[in-house]
Amino acid sequence: MREALLLFFVVVSGTGGEICVTRAMKRVGEVTDFRPLAVARVIFRAMKVPWMWIGVAMMALAFFSLLAVLSIENVSFVVPVTALNYAAGALGGKFFLGERVTRRRWAGVLIVCVGVTLVWLGKR
Amino acid sequence: MMSSSGLHLKTYCMLLIMVVFAPLGNVLLGRGMKNVGSAVTWAPSRLPHIILLVFTSGYIWLGVASLLTFFVAYMLILSWADFSYVQPASSIALLVVALLGYFYLHERISPLHWVGIVVICLGVFVVGNTPPRTTEVR
Repeated sequence: MREALLLFFVVVSGTGGEICVTRAMKRVGEVTDFRPLAVARVIFRAMKVPWMWIGVAMMALAFFSLLAVLSIENVSFVVPVTALNYAAGALGGKFFLGERVTRRRWAGVLIVCVGVTLVWLGKR
Repeated sequence: MMSSSGLHLKTYCMLLIMVVFAPLGNVLLGRGMKNVGSAVTWAPSRLPHIILLVFTSGYIWLGVASLLTFFVAYMLILSWADFSYVQPASSIALLVVALLGYFYLHERISPLHWVGIVVICLGVFVVGNTPPRTTEVR
């Protein structure tokens, strides 16, 4: 039960955090200069966007939940199961970020979900 | 704005960094947390001791460093590519995690478990052939 709750936090809080970070990075704009100083400037600019901080807080919660669940289960089980966030990510991308998720992408996400189910069943 | 081939090359370079450092980080965290003890037995009174064990583990810090490298690549790629493209495409890292878990941590993985991971990678292949950007650049 405790591990299921922790996995829930890893998936939901992790995906929510990533969506917030994406929103912040889209506001910062496309990165074209990869010199260290320019990258540092981009990170500094991103830190001024409130969505980035909300995202980082949610990802921190997901991270500590991941640490806790890794103390219970094998990494080869935990990480594939967290792939459930692909379904949540496609939904979030469509509804919160206005991205067009094609049928092909939905099919891919569905196959990923089938794989996660098999991984879960294979653990028993 | 970059050409389409340049955009794809840039995207694939960042994805490569992501699929190397994310699994490495997770495996190192798993190794470190196994030394801390199972969370099923964590009592509230023991939390300070557990936090101390976590923050003094070399494996945990190496794992965090790997995940930070992954995170910087992730932030950069998200500035031009769709979230719903990047997230599934980076899931090839799941296969790398399973291989590292099997060979480095000697975890037992059942045949059905392997099939599940391969199916996930198949899903990734389907998603990976879609265009990296569907929204307008602002």
